[in-house]
Amino acid sequence: MTTERVNREEKLPTLKLTLMQYGILLLMLVLVAGLWRLQVLGADSWKVLAEQNRIRKVPILAPRGKLFDREGRLLVDNYPSVSCFLVREQGKSIDTDLPLIARGLDLDLDQLRATLRRYRGSAAYQPIPIKQDITPDEQAFIAAHRNELPELETIDEERRLYPPDGFASHVIGYVGEVSEEMLDDPRYAYYEPGDVVGRAGIEQSYDEILRGQDGSMDVIVDSHGREVGREGIQPAVSGHDLKLTMDIDIQRAAEEALGTANGAIVAMDPRTGEVLALVSHPNFDPNAFAVRIGRAEWSSLITDSNHPLMNKAIQDQLAPGSTFKVIMSVAGLQQGIAQNLKVNCAGGGNFYGHFFHCDHHHGLLSIHEAIPESCDTYFYQLASMLGIDTIAKYAHELGIGVKTGIDLPNEMAGVMPSTEWKMKTYHEKWYAGEVISVGIGQGAVAVTPIQLLRALSGVASDGHMVRPHLVDADQVPADFEKALLDTYPGSGTTEVPLNPDTWMTITDGMAGTTQPGLYHTAEGAHLEGIDFAGKTGTAQVVGGGDTHNRGGAKTPNAWFVGMAPRRNPEIAVVVLQEHGDWGSGSAKLAAQVITAYVNKQRREEHNLATVPGKPAATGQQAANASASGSRMEMAAVWSRPGSSEPGGRVGRRYAGTNRHATDADTALPQLATGRFEIALNHPADPIRSVLPAKVLRQGQSAAAATRAEAR
Amino acid sequence: MQKALGYRDFDWLLLGMVMLLCILSVFEIYSATMHTKYVGFHIKQMYWIGGGLVLMFLLARVDYHRLLDFAYWAYGVCLLSLVAVRLVGTRVMGARRWVRIGPVHFQPSEWVKLVLIVLMAHYFANLGCRRLTWPDIFKAIALVGLPMLLVVAQPDLGTALTYSPILLIGLFLGGIHWRQALLLGTVALVVVVGAWSSGKVVKPYQKARLTSFLNPDADPRGTGYHLRQSLIAVGSGGIWGQGAEKGTQTQGDFLPIPHADFIFAAFSEEHGFVGAFLVLLLYFAILMRLIQNAQTAADISGSLLVMGVVAVLTFQIMVNIGMVIGFMPVTGIPLPLMSYGGSSVLFTFLALGVVMNVRMRRFVN
Repeated sequence: MTTERVNREEKLPTLKLTLMQYGILLLMLVLVAGLWRLQVLGADSWKVLAEQNRIRKVPILAPRGKLFDREGRLLVDNYPSVSCFLVREQGKSIDTDLPLIARGLDLDLDQLRATLRRYRGSAAYQPIPIKQDITPDEQAFIAAHRNELPELETIDEERRLYPPDGFASHVIGYVGEVSEEMLDDPRYAYYEPGDVVGRAGIEQSYDEILRGQDGSMDVIVDSHGREVGREGIQPAVSGHDLKLTMDIDIQRAAEEALGTANGAIVAMDPRTGEVLALVSHPNFDPNAFAVRIGRAEWSSLITDSNHPLMNKAIQDQLAPGSTFKVIMSVAGLQQGIAQNLKVNCAGGGNFYGHFFHCDHHHGLLSIHEAIPESCDTYFYQLASMLGIDTIAKYAHELGIGVKTGIDLPNEMAGVMPSTEWKMKTYHEKWYAGEVISVGIGQGAVAVTPIQLLRALSGVASDGHMVRPHLVDADQVPADFEKALLDTYPGSGTTEVPLNPDTWMTITDGMAGTTQPGLYHTAEGAHLEGIDFAGKTGTAQVVGGGDTHNRGGAKTPNAWFVGMAPRRNPEIAVVVLQEHGDWGSGSAKLAAQVITAYVNKQRREEHNLATVPGKPAATGQQAANASASGSRMEMAAVWSRPGSSEPGGRVGRRYAGTNRHATDADTALPQLATGRFEIALNHPADPIRSVLPAKVLRQGQSAAAATRAEAR
Repeated sequence: MQKALGYRDFDWLLLGMVMLLCILSVFEIYSATMHTKYVGFHIKQMYWIGGGLVLMFLLARVDYHRLLDFAYWAYGVCLLSLVAVRLVGTRVMGARRWVRIGPVHFQPSEWVKLVLIVLMAHYFANLGCRRLTWPDIFKAIALVGLPMLLVVAQPDLGTALTYSPILLIGLFLGGIHWRQALLLGTVALVVVVGAWSSGKVVKPYQKARLTSFLNPDADPRGTGYHLRQSLIAVGSGGIWGQGAEKGTQTQGDFLPIPHADFIFAAFSEEHGFVGAFLVLLLYFAILMRLIQNAQTAADISGSLLVMGVVAVLTFQIMVNIGMVIGFMPVTGIPLPLMSYGGSSVLFTFLALGVVMNVRMRRFVN
């Protein structure tokens, strides 16, 4: 131990210690330089990162506007819904978390993995939707596992709730995620990927009105994603509600009339163009689109040979058959030929070296018999006398081969052949003999139901042609309406000058169709007490010939365009049954819709008038007038009171103004006024969603309460 | 020698600067933990500081030459305690570092630092600080290397690395020739590179942690996460800082352990470049004061003791702050006098006690 203390008197060299001091100074300066770089030079960019760290911009989704029918009854509603997203950036071990997530959210693990795999190429911060419309239990699961599963995020939104069973689905359309092509279109500049946009029907054509304006807020979170505060809240602006011209009662009558048949029915007020009902079958359930539609469902929709997504009322382009004879009659009468034309029908006739058949041996007839009896021979003759270009001129004026301009997307134009058309399309000369089949609405003529409806009801309205529409212009701003007309151009509202003789002859002829009489094509659809006029069509399909083998693909398409009353009608209905065989059957469906309309009108207060001879009711008296029995119907839709029943009306008279009277006499099933109580006997085809019922069962309040807890 | 020494010779200036840092530390721990489960740790830290002060005064009373005489005994106890940790230690987050005696958990690896400082001072003072032979050098390496390997095996690479400056400063001041140093450095480099690339000595997660500072954005959610959050905290502090208790990174729980290893990041976020610079200045002043004490020491062993403390503190300050600002890998080495933690605080005050001890006896003999 003593030797160890030898060196205690010595000192360390001062040089080395000074060296240490300078060394430490140097290191300190390096640290100061590092701090300077971060805090003085780079402060701004780090501050941005700090903000991003703690602030998540969360969109507040605007609820879309609701849709109501013409009487203000709710047609399309929203319901609050919570969706679950997975943000990979926020998780640390996503792969090992997946089984827990799948269990908690009741998802198929393999499917969940497949979903994630599809997003493999995209950025880690992009939220991946893994489940929509989650239940309160699933929300509670996510809230309880905030720490273990920080990658799960939820978002509140208002989701579309459509009527069940595909009711009016082709009018309403559906919403879906905005597509790549739409994003490239400047009209959809408002949208960003992942946004929901109207993809069909009114949802698409009035999207700008319905969509509203999304808001946003900055949610301040800690490193575990737990919300610690909110700021910068920009509230969402709800979309505007829209009132359609559609009448749920008429729509329902039309849905039920068409039943399970493939085809379309459109009911319209020819005075204004307001569409009262528009049905296309088979239909689809738009609720299935509101929650992201499954791939299997989608492919079943687009591969179905009955084309459930096609709106047949405005997109099906078919030969009009004998309904075209109304247009032929207009041409013939306006040209002064048909008035004096008499044709002897011997079951057909020879034209241009060929024999053309007729259904019956009608014998000698004039235009007055030719329309109700739908004699082909007469119109063969008329067509051969008029020539194709004269026919085409009148047909074009009446809107055949031209879009009507209805405010629904993807309307088709149809075809009205002419010499010019054939040269342009086929670079071929028109053969005079081809005009014969055009005379009975066959050959190259192709129309859409809405087009045919506009044309025939326009003729019945003395040439007053209208633009069919589902939303009145006063519902939307003027510049939107203008843009809408540009987007959906068509023949629009025009006046086609008709001679009084033309008008009277054709309307009386169409009224004869539904009257009892030999060869009258729609006498089976006769409505006692209602001035019901129309024209049948039984249009052969390509390769079908004369076969009337019911149900097959070669069976003719059945048409009927009906209206009431015969002149200046209040309602006009077109019925198309694809491969429905005879047009006389379609006439009965049109009669159902017209009956529904008339029965409804009978309950309207303004359609009641004081009985002549009795003193006019005034003031308080007027209110009690109907009860006291001093008022009677005065509407013009039923023109021959007194013919069959005492009181002269089909059904019993409805007292008072309660249009929802639960009177046992009404033929219509009553429409309950509750939310989505619209129900039909037949299911939507081919897919159904259990969603709305499920959501309604769980109840809004329960869902809202759980969301509050989860926060 | 046995005469009572007055505290008049105590280094009050040094103590003042140290206490200033401790006060900043307590405030920052309060601010950083107020919204976390660690709330109230600033009170605990004050107890540790109080305890540290007591230990410092007690240690200052014992002549440091007595400490030097006990160096080998203490060294033996240290080795035993490190082996004990291997056998009976408590496993916390996958590593056995803590030994529990009654209600107190402690980390023997912290005390080993102090013992190694004393041992190296003793060793090199006895060699006379003139010329080192190769056996002298190897013996020193073995003395430090043995506990180092035991700590690496815990595994606690960070603490093990803090032993190396004690050896280096000893070799430097003990009189290593520059040729020897060059050769030794080359061999060390080869060994480190070999250990690194063999993949057996350094575990992959340790590798990832050690290299992530070079590119923290490569994996912002993984190993680079802590570093990235730290850089955001320091950077967003700007010149003047976001204000006490207002740092979004610190308060939002983004910054990992803001009261311990990353306390400097929390402080820099809330007090900005100005605050951080003042803290660095304070550390610099303390270190300069320590070196001055080493110069005025009565003998060479006193100087070596103080310089050992300087080496450890400098190393920890550089590595910790370097880590916080992205110059160094994330190693889990606390910032002396600021980071929360009993072992760290007590070690620092004991180390200062040694320095005080040397200073008080500068005119003795």
